[in-house]
Amino acid sequence: MNQTSLSEGPREIPGIFFGLGATTKRDLLLAWKRPGDVLNPLFFFAMVCTLFPLAVGPSAEQLEFSGPGVLWVAALLATLLSLNSLFISDFEDGSLDQLLVSPQPLPMLVLGKTLAHWLTSGLPLVLVSPILAITYRMPLSVVGVMMLTLGLGTISLSLLGSIGAALTVGLHRGTALLSLLILPLAMPIMILGANAVSLAATNDIYSTGIWALGAYAIASLSLAPYATAAALRISNE
Amino acid sequence: MTHKLSGDNLTLIRGERCLFQDLSFALESGTLLILEGRNGCGKTSLIRAIAGMLSLEEGTVYWDGVPVEKVRQTFHGSLVWLAHRTGLKGDLTLVENLGFERSLRAHSDRDPEEVYERLGISRLKKLVLRSLSAGQQRRVALARMLLSDVPLWFMDEPFTNLDREGRVLVMELVEEHCSKGGMCVMAAHQDVEIKVPTTRVKIQ
Repeated sequence: MNQTSLSEGPREIPGIFFGLGATTKRDLLLAWKRPGDVLNPLFFFAMVCTLFPLAVGPSAEQLEFSGPGVLWVAALLATLLSLNSLFISDFEDGSLDQLLVSPQPLPMLVLGKTLAHWLTSGLPLVLVSPILAITYRMPLSVVGVMMLTLGLGTISLSLLGSIGAALTVGLHRGTALLSLLILPLAMPIMILGANAVSLAATNDIYSTGIWALGAYAIASLSLAPYATAAALRISNE
Repeated sequence: MTHKLSGDNLTLIRGERCLFQDLSFALESGTLLILEGRNGCGKTSLIRAIAGMLSLEEGTVYWDGVPVEKVRQTFHGSLVWLAHRTGLKGDLTLVENLGFERSLRAHSDRDPEEVYERLGISRLKKLVLRSLSAGQQRRVALARMLLSDVPLWFMDEPFTNLDREGRVLVMELVEEHCSKGGMCVMAAHQDVEIKVPTTRVKIQ
Protein backbone atom coordinates (compact mmCIF):
# COMPACT_ATOMS: atom_id res chain seq x y z
CA MET A 1 0.00 0.00 0.00
CA ASN A 2 3.06 2.21 0.30
CA GLN A 3 3.29 2.24 -3.46
CA THR A 4 0.02 4.06 -4.08
CA SER A 5 0.91 7.62 -4.84
CA LEU A 6 -1.16 10.76 -4.85
CA SER A 7 -2.94 11.23 -8.13
CA GLU A 8 -1.54 13.66 -10.63
CA GLY A 9 -3.40 16.64 -11.97
CA PRO A 10 -6.83 17.78 -10.93
CA ARG A 11 -8.56 15.30 -8.68
CA GLU A 12 -12.04 14.14 -9.38
CA ILE A 13 -14.46 15.40 -6.78
CA PRO A 14 -17.79 13.52 -6.73
CA GLY A 15 -20.57 15.50 -8.46
CA ILE A 16 -22.79 17.88 -6.52
CA PHE A 17 -25.76 15.51 -6.61
CA PHE A 18 -23.64 12.84 -4.92
CA GLY A 19 -23.09 15.26 -2.04
CA LEU A 20 -26.78 16.11 -1.86
CA GLY A 21 -27.81 12.47 -2.05
CA ALA A 22 -25.26 11.38 0.53
CA THR A 23 -26.35 14.00 3.10
CA THR A 24 -30.00 13.09 2.59
CA LYS A 25 -29.23 9.40 2.92
CA ARG A 26 -27.12 9.91 6.03
CA ASP A 27 -29.78 12.01 7.76
CA LEU A 28 -32.54 9.56 6.88
CA LEU A 29 -30.39 6.74 8.25
CA LEU A 30 -29.83 8.72 11.45
CA ALA A 31 -33.56 9.39 11.76
CA TRP A 32 -34.23 5.68 11.27
CA LYS A 33 -31.80 4.80 14.05
CA ARG A 34 -33.30 7.41 16.34
CA PRO A 35 -37.04 7.36 15.67
CA GLY A 36 -37.81 9.48 18.75
CA ASP A 37 -36.77 12.68 17.00
CA VAL A 38 -39.23 11.96 14.19
CA LEU A 39 -42.08 10.72 16.37
CA ASN A 40 -42.10 13.56 18.93
CA PRO A 41 -43.35 16.33 16.60
CA LEU A 42 -45.77 13.91 14.98
CA PHE A 43 -47.13 12.93 18.38
CA PHE A 44 -47.48 16.61 19.30
CA PHE A 45 -49.43 17.24 16.07
CA ALA A 46 -51.77 14.32 16.73
CA MET A 47 -52.30 15.32 20.37
CA VAL A 48 -53.26 18.92 19.64
CA CYS A 49 -55.60 17.89 16.85
CA THR A 50 -57.39 15.24 18.93
CA LEU A 51 -57.57 17.24 22.17
CA PHE A 52 -59.06 20.34 20.59
CA PRO A 53 -62.50 18.82 19.80
CA LEU A 54 -62.67 17.43 23.32
CA ALA A 55 -62.14 20.90 24.74
CA VAL A 56 -64.51 22.90 22.54
CA GLY A 57 -67.33 20.38 22.48
CA PRO A 58 -68.73 18.07 19.82
CA SER A 59 -70.90 20.58 17.94
CA ALA A 60 -70.56 19.60 14.27
CA GLU A 61 -70.85 23.14 13.00
CA GLN A 62 -68.10 24.43 15.25
CA LEU A 63 -65.73 21.57 14.39
CA GLU A 64 -66.19 22.01 10.64
CA PHE A 65 -65.55 25.69 11.05
CA SER A 66 -62.38 25.41 13.17
CA GLY A 67 -60.90 22.25 11.64
CA PRO A 68 -58.60 23.78 8.97
CA GLY A 69 -57.27 26.39 11.38
CA VAL A 70 -56.48 23.93 14.16
CA LEU A 71 -54.77 21.47 11.82
CA TRP A 72 -52.64 24.20 10.33
CA VAL A 73 -51.63 25.79 13.65
CA ALA A 74 -50.70 22.36 15.00
CA ALA A 75 -48.69 21.55 11.84
CA LEU A 76 -46.81 24.86 12.07
CA LEU A 77 -45.93 24.37 15.73
CA ALA A 78 -44.92 20.74 15.21
CA THR A 79 -42.55 21.76 12.40
CA LEU A 80 -41.04 24.51 14.56
CA LEU A 81 -40.47 21.92 17.29
CA SER A 82 -38.54 19.65 14.96
CA LEU A 83 -36.46 22.42 13.36
CA ASN A 84 -34.37 23.08 16.43
CA SER A 85 -32.47 19.81 16.07
CA LEU A 86 -31.65 20.28 12.38
CA PHE A 87 -28.00 21.32 12.83
CA ILE A 88 -27.43 20.91 16.58
CA SER A 89 -26.02 17.38 16.52
CA ASP A 90 -23.80 18.14 13.52
CA PHE A 91 -22.52 21.20 15.35
CA GLU A 92 -21.76 19.28 18.52
CA ASP A 93 -19.94 16.28 17.05
CA GLY A 94 -17.88 18.34 14.60
CA SER A 95 -19.44 17.02 11.40
CA LEU A 96 -20.63 20.54 10.58
CA ASP A 97 -16.96 21.60 10.44
CA GLN A 98 -16.29 18.70 8.10
CA LEU A 99 -19.17 19.76 5.84
CA LEU A 100 -17.85 23.33 5.81
CA VAL A 101 -14.39 22.28 4.60
CA SER A 102 -15.66 19.78 2.04
CA PRO A 103 -15.33 20.67 -1.64
CA GLN A 104 -19.06 20.15 -2.15
CA PRO A 105 -21.04 23.40 -2.45
CA LEU A 106 -22.51 24.04 0.98
CA PRO A 107 -25.98 25.07 -0.30
CA MET A 108 -26.34 21.62 -1.90
CA LEU A 109 -25.36 19.82 1.31
CA VAL A 110 -27.77 22.04 3.23
CA LEU A 111 -30.49 21.26 0.71
CA GLY A 112 -29.81 17.56 1.27
CA LYS A 113 -30.22 17.97 5.00
CA THR A 114 -33.40 20.03 4.58
CA LEU A 115 -34.83 17.44 2.20
CA ALA A 116 -34.20 14.73 4.79
CA HIS A 117 -35.82 16.98 7.41
CA TRP A 118 -38.94 17.41 5.30
CA LEU A 119 -39.14 13.68 4.57
CA THR A 120 -39.02 12.92 8.30
CA SER A 121 -41.13 15.80 9.64
CA GLY A 122 -43.32 17.40 6.95
CA LEU A 123 -44.25 14.30 5.00
CA PRO A 124 -45.37 12.27 8.07
CA LEU A 125 -47.64 15.19 9.08
CA VAL A 126 -49.21 15.22 5.61
CA LEU A 127 -49.75 11.46 5.73
CA VAL A 128 -51.29 11.48 9.20
CA SER A 129 -53.53 14.51 8.64
CA PRO A 130 -56.42 12.66 6.85
CA ILE A 131 -56.96 10.51 9.95
CA LEU A 132 -57.12 13.61 12.12
CA ALA A 133 -59.35 15.42 9.63
CA ILE A 134 -62.07 12.83 10.31
CA THR A 135 -62.37 14.27 13.82
CA TYR A 136 -63.38 17.57 12.23
CA ARG A 137 -65.96 16.04 9.85
CA MET A 138 -63.99 17.15 6.85
CA PRO A 139 -65.41 15.84 3.55
CA LEU A 140 -63.09 13.74 1.38
CA SER A 141 -62.67 16.37 -1.35
CA VAL A 142 -61.53 18.91 1.24
CA VAL A 143 -59.09 16.40 2.77
CA GLY A 144 -57.28 16.28 -0.57
CA VAL A 145 -56.94 20.06 -0.65
CA MET A 146 -55.72 20.06 2.94
CA MET A 147 -53.02 17.48 2.20
CA LEU A 148 -51.89 19.47 -0.80
CA THR A 149 -51.63 22.73 1.18
CA LEU A 150 -49.88 20.98 4.07
CA GLY A 151 -47.44 19.37 1.66
CA LEU A 152 -46.51 22.62 -0.08
CA GLY A 153 -46.56 24.55 3.19
CA THR A 154 -44.28 22.20 5.12
CA ILE A 155 -41.74 22.26 2.27
CA SER A 156 -41.50 26.05 2.69
CA LEU A 157 -41.45 25.73 6.47
CA SER A 158 -38.55 23.26 6.42
CA LEU A 159 -36.56 25.44 4.03
CA LEU A 160 -37.22 28.76 5.80
CA GLY A 161 -36.76 27.08 9.16
CA SER A 162 -33.31 25.86 8.15
CA ILE A 163 -32.19 29.52 7.94
CA GLY A 164 -33.32 30.10 11.51
CA ALA A 165 -31.80 26.82 12.67
CA ALA A 166 -28.48 27.76 11.07
CA LEU A 167 -28.48 31.21 12.67
CA THR A 168 -29.20 29.88 16.16
CA VAL A 169 -27.02 26.75 16.01
CA GLY A 170 -24.20 28.24 18.08
CA LEU A 171 -26.52 29.44 20.84
CA HIS A 172 -27.48 27.03 23.53
CA ARG A 173 -31.23 26.56 23.76
CA GLY A 174 -32.03 28.86 20.91
CA THR A 175 -35.53 27.39 20.45
CA ALA A 176 -37.43 30.55 21.44
CA LEU A 177 -35.26 32.74 19.28
CA LEU A 178 -35.62 30.35 16.36
CA SER A 179 -39.43 30.52 16.61
CA LEU A 180 -39.34 34.32 16.78
CA LEU A 181 -37.10 34.51 13.73
CA ILE A 182 -39.17 32.13 11.66
CA LEU A 183 -42.73 33.07 12.65
CA PRO A 184 -42.97 36.26 10.54
CA LEU A 185 -41.95 34.25 7.47
CA ALA A 186 -44.09 31.26 8.41
CA MET A 187 -47.28 33.20 9.22
CA PRO A 188 -48.30 33.81 5.57
CA ILE A 189 -47.92 30.10 4.84
CA MET A 190 -50.29 29.20 7.65
CA ILE A 191 -52.81 31.89 6.70
CA LEU A 192 -52.80 30.88 3.03
CA GLY A 193 -53.02 27.18 3.84
CA ALA A 194 -55.81 27.37 6.40
CA ASN A 195 -57.71 29.83 4.24
CA ALA A 196 -57.53 27.62 1.13
CA VAL A 197 -58.87 24.66 3.11
CA SER A 198 -61.73 26.76 4.56
CA LEU A 199 -62.64 28.00 1.09
CA ALA A 200 -62.65 24.43 -0.25
CA ALA A 201 -64.95 23.42 2.61
CA THR A 202 -67.50 26.07 1.59
CA ASN A 203 -67.19 25.12 -2.11
CA ASP A 204 -65.50 28.41 -2.93
CA ILE A 205 -62.59 28.97 -5.33
CA TYR A 206 -59.47 27.89 -3.44
CA SER A 207 -56.90 27.58 -6.23
CA THR A 208 -55.41 31.05 -5.56
CA GLY A 209 -54.16 29.86 -2.19
CA ILE A 210 -52.61 26.73 -3.70
CA TRP A 211 -50.80 28.75 -6.38
CA ALA A 212 -49.53 31.19 -3.77
CA LEU A 213 -48.27 28.33 -1.58
CA GLY A 214 -46.57 26.78 -4.59
CA ALA A 215 -44.88 30.08 -5.42
CA TYR A 216 -43.79 30.41 -1.81
CA ALA A 217 -42.32 26.90 -1.89
CA ILE A 218 -40.42 27.57 -5.13
CA ALA A 219 -39.09 30.87 -3.84
CA SER A 220 -37.85 29.26 -0.63
CA LEU A 221 -36.38 26.33 -2.54
CA SER A 222 -34.29 28.63 -4.70
CA LEU A 223 -33.22 31.11 -2.01
CA ALA A 224 -33.20 29.40 1.39
CA PRO A 225 -30.24 27.01 0.83
CA TYR A 226 -27.93 29.94 0.04
CA ALA A 227 -29.12 31.90 3.07
CA THR A 228 -28.72 28.83 5.28
CA ALA A 229 -25.22 28.14 3.99
CA ALA A 230 -24.19 31.74 4.66
CA ALA A 231 -25.77 31.62 8.12
CA LEU A 232 -23.90 28.39 8.94
CA ARG A 233 -20.58 29.94 7.99
CA ILE A 234 -21.30 32.94 10.20
CA SER A 235 -22.47 31.02 13.26
CA ASN A 236 -19.63 28.52 13.03
CA GLU A 237 -16.89 31.16 13.16
CA MET B 1 2.31 17.79 -9.26
CA THR B 2 3.66 19.96 -6.48
CA HIS B 3 1.57 22.28 -4.40
CA LYS B 4 2.35 25.21 -2.20
CA LEU B 5 0.52 26.56 0.82
CA SER B 6 1.60 29.82 2.34
CA GLY B 7 0.36 32.44 4.73
CA ASP B 8 1.39 36.04 4.64
CA ASN B 9 1.36 38.30 7.71
CA LEU B 10 -1.62 36.60 9.30
CA THR B 11 -3.30 38.37 12.20
CA LEU B 12 -6.24 36.95 14.09
CA ILE B 13 -8.18 38.69 16.84
CA ARG B 14 -10.81 36.79 18.78
CA GLY B 15 -12.90 39.02 21.03
CA GLU B 16 -10.48 41.29 22.85
CA ARG B 17 -7.48 39.02 22.43
CA CYS B 18 -4.94 39.05 19.65
CA LEU B 19 -4.03 35.39 19.12
CA PHE B 20 -1.21 35.96 16.65
CA GLN B 21 0.14 38.86 14.69
CA ASP B 22 2.12 39.05 11.44
CA LEU B 23 2.55 35.30 11.29
CA SER B 24 3.94 33.95 8.02
CA PHE B 25 4.67 30.45 6.83
CA ALA B 26 5.28 28.53 3.63
CA LEU B 27 4.87 24.86 2.95
CA GLU B 28 5.61 22.78 -0.13
CA SER B 29 4.81 19.28 -1.26
CA GLY B 30 6.73 16.73 0.77
CA THR B 31 7.13 18.90 3.85
CA LEU B 32 5.57 19.17 7.26
CA LEU B 33 4.58 22.27 9.19
CA ILE B 34 4.34 21.97 12.95
CA LEU B 35 2.46 24.60 14.93
CA GLU B 36 3.73 24.80 18.48
CA GLY B 37 2.52 26.63 21.51
CA ARG B 38 0.84 26.40 24.89
CA ASN B 39 -2.74 25.27 25.39
CA GLY B 40 -5.15 27.93 24.23
CA CYS B 41 -2.54 29.89 22.28
CA GLY B 42 -4.50 29.64 19.05
CA LYS B 43 -3.20 26.58 17.20
CA THR B 44 -6.67 25.32 16.38
CA SER B 45 -7.80 28.83 15.45
CA LEU B 46 -4.87 29.12 13.05
CA ILE B 47 -5.80 25.84 11.36
CA ARG B 48 -9.43 26.96 11.16
CA ALA B 49 -8.30 30.28 9.71
CA ILE B 50 -6.13 28.58 7.09
CA ALA B 51 -9.03 26.32 6.18
CA GLY B 52 -11.16 29.42 5.65
CA MET B 53 -13.55 28.92 8.55
CA LEU B 54 -12.42 31.95 10.53
CA SER B 55 -11.98 35.31 8.91
CA LEU B 56 -8.54 36.77 9.49
CA GLU B 57 -8.11 40.34 10.67
CA GLU B 58 -5.23 40.80 8.27
CA GLY B 59 -3.16 38.71 5.90
CA THR B 60 -3.88 36.20 3.18
CA VAL B 61 -3.53 32.46 2.84
CA TYR B 62 -2.37 31.31 -0.60
CA TRP B 63 -2.88 27.93 -2.23
CA ASP B 64 -0.53 27.48 -5.20
CA GLY B 65 0.00 31.22 -5.15
CA VAL B 66 -3.67 32.18 -5.36
CA PRO B 67 -5.63 33.57 -2.37
CA VAL B 68 -7.77 30.72 -1.03
CA GLU B 69 -11.01 32.74 -1.11
CA LYS B 70 -10.72 32.75 -4.88
CA VAL B 71 -10.19 29.01 -5.22
CA ARG B 72 -12.19 27.82 -2.25
CA GLN B 73 -13.57 24.72 -3.92
CA THR B 74 -10.23 23.56 -5.32
CA PHE B 75 -8.58 24.27 -1.99
CA HIS B 76 -11.24 22.40 0.01
CA GLY B 77 -11.00 19.59 -2.52
CA SER B 78 -7.29 19.32 -1.74
CA LEU B 79 -7.50 19.05 2.02
CA VAL B 80 -8.76 16.73 4.69
CA TRP B 81 -8.92 17.76 8.31
CA LEU B 82 -8.44 15.67 11.41
CA ALA B 83 -10.11 17.94 13.94
CA HIS B 84 -10.32 17.77 17.69
CA ARG B 85 -13.91 16.60 17.38
CA THR B 86 -13.89 13.68 15.00
CA GLY B 87 -16.96 14.75 12.99
CA LEU B 88 -18.23 11.20 12.82
CA LYS B 89 -21.77 10.19 13.67
CA GLY B 90 -22.09 8.19 16.88
CA ASP B 91 -25.25 6.46 15.72
CA LEU B 92 -23.73 5.13 12.49
CA THR B 93 -21.23 2.35 11.99
CA LEU B 94 -17.69 2.82 10.78
CA VAL B 95 -18.55 1.74 7.24
CA GLU B 96 -21.63 4.01 7.08
CA ASN B 97 -19.63 6.98 8.34
CA LEU B 98 -16.76 6.51 5.90
CA GLY B 99 -19.19 5.76 3.06
CA PHE B 100 -20.68 9.21 3.58
CA GLU B 101 -17.24 10.86 3.52
CA ARG B 102 -16.47 9.06 0.29
CA SER B 103 -19.14 10.98 -1.59
CA LEU B 104 -17.82 14.35 -0.39
CA ARG B 105 -14.26 14.43 -1.72
CA ALA B 106 -11.93 12.62 -4.07
CA HIS B 107 -11.18 9.16 -2.74
CA SER B 108 -7.99 7.18 -3.11
CA ASP B 109 -7.77 3.78 -4.77
CA ARG B 110 -6.57 2.16 -1.57
CA ASP B 111 -8.42 -0.93 -0.49
CA PRO B 112 -10.56 0.06 2.54
CA GLU B 113 -10.03 -3.36 4.13
CA GLU B 114 -6.27 -2.87 4.05
CA VAL B 115 -6.62 0.56 5.63
CA TYR B 116 -8.86 -0.79 8.41
CA GLU B 117 -6.37 -3.61 9.00
CA ARG B 118 -3.45 -1.22 9.23
CA LEU B 119 -5.26 1.06 11.68
CA GLY B 120 -6.40 -1.90 13.76
CA ILE B 121 -10.10 -1.20 13.35
CA SER B 122 -11.12 -3.98 10.99
CA ARG B 123 -13.03 -5.92 13.65
CA LEU B 124 -15.02 -2.81 14.67
CA LYS B 125 -16.68 -2.42 11.28
CA LYS B 126 -20.17 -3.44 12.37
CA LEU B 127 -20.24 -1.47 15.62
CA VAL B 128 -21.79 1.96 15.97
CA LEU B 129 -19.18 4.65 16.64
CA ARG B 130 -20.78 5.55 19.97
CA SER B 131 -19.67 2.20 21.41
CA LEU B 132 -16.00 2.68 20.45
CA SER B 133 -13.38 4.17 22.74
CA ALA B 134 -12.05 7.67 22.11
CA GLY B 135 -8.80 6.25 20.71
CA GLN B 136 -10.64 3.91 18.37
CA GLN B 137 -12.76 6.80 17.13
CA ARG B 138 -9.57 8.72 16.39
CA ARG B 139 -8.36 5.77 14.34
CA VAL B 140 -11.57 5.87 12.32
CA ALA B 141 -10.95 9.58 11.71
CA LEU B 142 -7.46 8.63 10.49
CA ALA B 143 -9.06 6.15 8.10
CA ARG B 144 -10.97 9.08 6.59
CA MET B 145 -7.61 10.75 5.81
CA LEU B 146 -6.10 7.61 4.29
CA LEU B 147 -9.15 6.94 2.14
CA SER B 148 -9.20 10.41 0.60
CA ASP B 149 -6.94 11.32 -2.26
CA VAL B 150 -5.85 14.81 -1.21
CA PRO B 151 -2.39 16.39 -0.90
CA LEU B 152 -2.96 18.51 2.20
CA TRP B 153 -3.54 17.06 5.65
CA PHE B 154 -4.57 19.21 8.59
CA MET B 155 -3.97 17.43 11.87
CA ASP B 156 -5.09 19.08 15.07
CA GLU B 157 -3.41 17.33 18.02
CA PRO B 158 -3.34 13.98 16.20
CA PHE B 159 -1.86 12.12 19.16
CA THR B 160 -4.72 12.80 21.58
CA ASN B 161 -6.28 9.63 23.01
CA LEU B 162 -3.93 7.36 21.06
CA ASP B 163 -1.77 4.67 22.68
CA ARG B 164 1.96 4.45 21.99
CA GLU B 165 1.57 2.25 18.91
CA GLY B 166 -1.08 4.64 17.66
CA ARG B 167 1.27 7.59 18.01
CA VAL B 168 4.03 5.77 16.14
CA LEU B 169 1.52 4.82 13.47
CA VAL B 170 0.46 8.46 13.00
CA MET B 171 4.11 9.49 12.55
CA GLU B 172 4.62 6.70 10.01
CA LEU B 173 1.53 7.71 8.10
CA VAL B 174 2.63 11.35 7.95
CA GLU B 175 6.09 10.29 6.75
CA GLU B 176 4.56 8.13 4.05
CA HIS B 177 2.15 10.86 3.00
CA CYS B 178 4.92 13.45 2.71
CA SER B 179 7.28 11.09 0.91
CA LYS B 180 4.56 10.58 -1.71
CA GLY B 181 4.41 14.31 -2.32
CA GLY B 182 1.74 15.22 0.19
CA MET B 183 2.03 17.89 2.85
CA CYS B 184 0.84 18.18 6.39
CA VAL B 185 0.04 20.95 8.85
CA MET B 186 0.12 19.64 12.39
CA ALA B 187 -0.72 21.32 15.66
CA ALA B 188 1.12 19.57 18.44
CA HIS B 189 2.35 20.40 21.91
CA GLN B 190 4.47 17.27 22.29
CA ASP B 191 7.77 16.33 20.72
CA VAL B 192 7.22 14.92 17.29
CA GLU B 193 9.83 12.79 15.56
CA ILE B 194 9.00 12.61 11.90
CA LYS B 195 11.75 12.22 9.35
CA VAL B 196 10.61 14.72 6.74
CA PRO B 197 11.68 18.32 6.11
CA THR B 198 9.94 20.21 8.87
CA THR B 199 9.17 23.84 9.47
CA ARG B 200 8.17 24.89 12.96
CA VAL B 201 6.01 27.88 13.74
CA LYS B 202 5.82 28.95 17.33
CA ILE B 203 2.70 30.81 18.42
CA GLN B 204 3.38 33.05 21.41
